[in-house]
Amino acid sequence: MGAGHAHKLYRQGHSPVHALPPHTKLAAVLAFVVVVAATPREAMWAFALYAVLLGAVAVRARVPAGFLLKRLLIEIPFVAFALLMPFVVPGEQTTVLGVSLSVPGLWGAWNVLAKGTLGVAASVLLAATTELRELLLGLQRLKLPPLLVQIASFMIRYGDVITDEMRRMSIARRSRGFEARGVRHWGVLAKTAGALFIRSYERGERVHLAMVSRGYTGSMPVIDEVTATAAQWRRAAALPAAALLICLLGWTL
Amino acid sequence: MHVPDGFINAPVSAAAGVVAAGAVAVSLRGARKELDERTAPLAGLVAAFIFAVQMLNFPVAAGTSGHLLGGALAAILVGPYTGVLCIAVVLLMQGILFADGGLTALGVNITVMGVVTVLVAYALFRGLVLVLPRTRRSVTVASFAAALVSVPAAAVAFTAVYAIGGTTDVPIGKVLAAMAGVHTLIGIGEAAITMLTVGAVVAVRSDLVYGARGLTAPLKLRVDGELVDAAPAAGPGAGDAPARSPKKLWTGGVVTALVLAGFVSFYASASPDGLEKVAADKGIDAKVRPHAAADSPLADYGVKDVDDARLSGGLAGVIGVGATLAVGTGAFWAVRRRHATGAQV
Repeated sequence: MGAGHAHKLYRQGHSPVHALPPHTKLAAVLAFVVVVAATPREAMWAFALYAVLLGAVAVRARVPAGFLLKRLLIEIPFVAFALLMPFVVPGEQTTVLGVSLSVPGLWGAWNVLAKGTLGVAASVLLAATTELRELLLGLQRLKLPPLLVQIASFMIRYGDVITDEMRRMSIARRSRGFEARGVRHWGVLAKTAGALFIRSYERGERVHLAMVSRGYTGSMPVIDEVTATAAQWRRAAALPAAALLICLLGWTL
Repeated sequence: MHVPDGFINAPVSAAAGVVAAGAVAVSLRGARKELDERTAPLAGLVAAFIFAVQMLNFPVAAGTSGHLLGGALAAILVGPYTGVLCIAVVLLMQGILFADGGLTALGVNITVMGVVTVLVAYALFRGLVLVLPRTRRSVTVASFAAALVSVPAAAVAFTAVYAIGGTTDVPIGKVLAAMAGVHTLIGIGEAAITMLTVGAVVAVRSDLVYGARGLTAPLKLRVDGELVDAAPAAGPGAGDAPARSPKKLWTGGVVTALVLAGFVSFYASASPDGLEKVAADKGIDAKVRPHAAADSPLADYGVKDVDDARLSGGLAGVIGVGATLAVGTGAFWAVRRRHATGAQV
C-alpha cells in the first residue's frame, strides 16, 4: 500500500482527458463501446475511423502509443479464437494463398477482432486517465447501488493488502524449502488459500468493528461530490457523438 | 472465459445485462439480510480474496499451471448471495480497470461466470450436504462435486448465450463440444482445489463456512449428564428418514458423473494440456497483469479443431449428467426446504 492507491494501468498526468470528471468519462466510454458494437461489420472504414477517434483521445491524454499497444495484448486469447473462425465456420469458401477459408468465418473473425480491440482500447484509455478513487466516485455518481460501490471500494482498498498477505505466505513457504512442482503439492497451496480466506474474513470483521467504532451505520458519507459542468459533459460526449455519426453513416451507406 | 465486445450481439448482451442486474439486486438484498451493515466490509474483503486467490498458481505438470476461478468456492464459503456479489464486483473491476472482458459484455460475463456458476455450485452443494451424512467429509465431497459441475455448467450457459446471440455462425455443436470439453478438464482442477481449500477452512474455522453451517456441533453443557443447547437439532433429524431412498440414487448419480468425467479426462488429457501450456506461455508474458487469466480463454476455444470429434460424444453425456444433477438437486432442495421451514437457512 506504500505505493499509493494508483493501479498499474493508471498514468499520472494533467491532460484535458485526465481532468474530466470520472462519471462523464465512464458514460462516454460505455456509449462509445455500445455504438461500436452496434456498427455493421461490413462497414470496414467505420472501424478505421473509430480507431482514429481513439488515437485522437490518446494523443489528447498524452498516453504514448507504445503503452496503449502493450496493454492491448490482453486480447491475445481471443485473437487466437478469432483466427480459428475462418477454418471451422461452414459456408461459402474462398481461397487465400492456397488455403480454403470460409467467408462467414472471415467476417466473424473480423467482427470479433475489430470490436474487441476497440473495446479494450477504450477501456485501457479510461483506466489510464482515471484514478481508482475517481472511478469509484464516478460509478457512484452513475447511480450504481451504493452498497455495490462500497463493496467494490473495499475490494480495491484491500486487494493489495490481501495480495501482499498471499505473497508473504509464499515467501514463508519458499523460505522453508517448499516448491510447488505438481499436483502433489496442491494440498499445501489449498491450505494457503484456506488460511488466506480466514485471514481476509477476519480482517473484514475487524475493519467493520473499527468502522462501527467511528460511527459507521451502513452508508459511507460522501465527502467530495463530483460534479460536471455542461461544458465538461459536452467535451466528454465528443467521442461517442462522433462515433454515433460514423455508425449511422455505416448503416446508411 | 472473459467475453470481449462484439462477441455476442447487442440485444442478447442487453438481455444478459438485465438478468445480471436483477441477480445483483436480489443478491444485494439477500446479503444485506444476512450480514446487515457488515455487508460492505465483509463482501469487499471476500471479493479481494477471490481476486487474490485467482493469482495463486497451481502447477499441473511440467511448466503448465492453472488457477482457481473461485465461483464455487465463493458460493460454499460465503453463500450464494454474497458469492454472486463478490464475483460480480470482481468482474466489474476487471472490466473497468484491466480491460479484461468487454464492457458491453459485462452482463454476459456476470450472468455466466457469476450467477450460473454460483447458483449451480450452491444448489448442488446444498443438495448433497442434505443427503450425505452430516460430517465434515461430506462437506468436502459435496464441494468437490459442486465445483466439478459448476465450471462446465458455466461453459454450457455460455454456449446457450452464444447460440441465441452469437455474431458468427460457428456450429453450436462444435462450440458446445469444445467449451464443455475443455471446461470439464478445468472443472476437475477447480474441484480438487476447491475441495482442498474448503477442507482446510472447515478444519480450522467451520463456523466461517456458510455451506457447513448446519454441521457445527451444537454446544453441549455437561450438567451431570448431557444437555443440548440449541433447537435446530430437531428439524434436520426429523427429515433424515425420508431422505434414505434418494440417498442411494444420489450417490449413484454423483459417482456416475465423476467416473465419466474422470474417464474423459484420462482419455483426452494429452492435447488440451499442451495447448493450455502454449496459452499460458503466450498469455503470461504478453499480459502485464500478473494473474493472467490467459490460460483459460485460449484453452477454452483453442482446442476446438483438435479434439471435438473425439470428445463430443462422451462429453455431452457428462454435461447431461451434470445438468440433471444440478436441476434435480435444486428441485429437491426446494422441496426439502418447504418441508422443514425455518429449520435452517
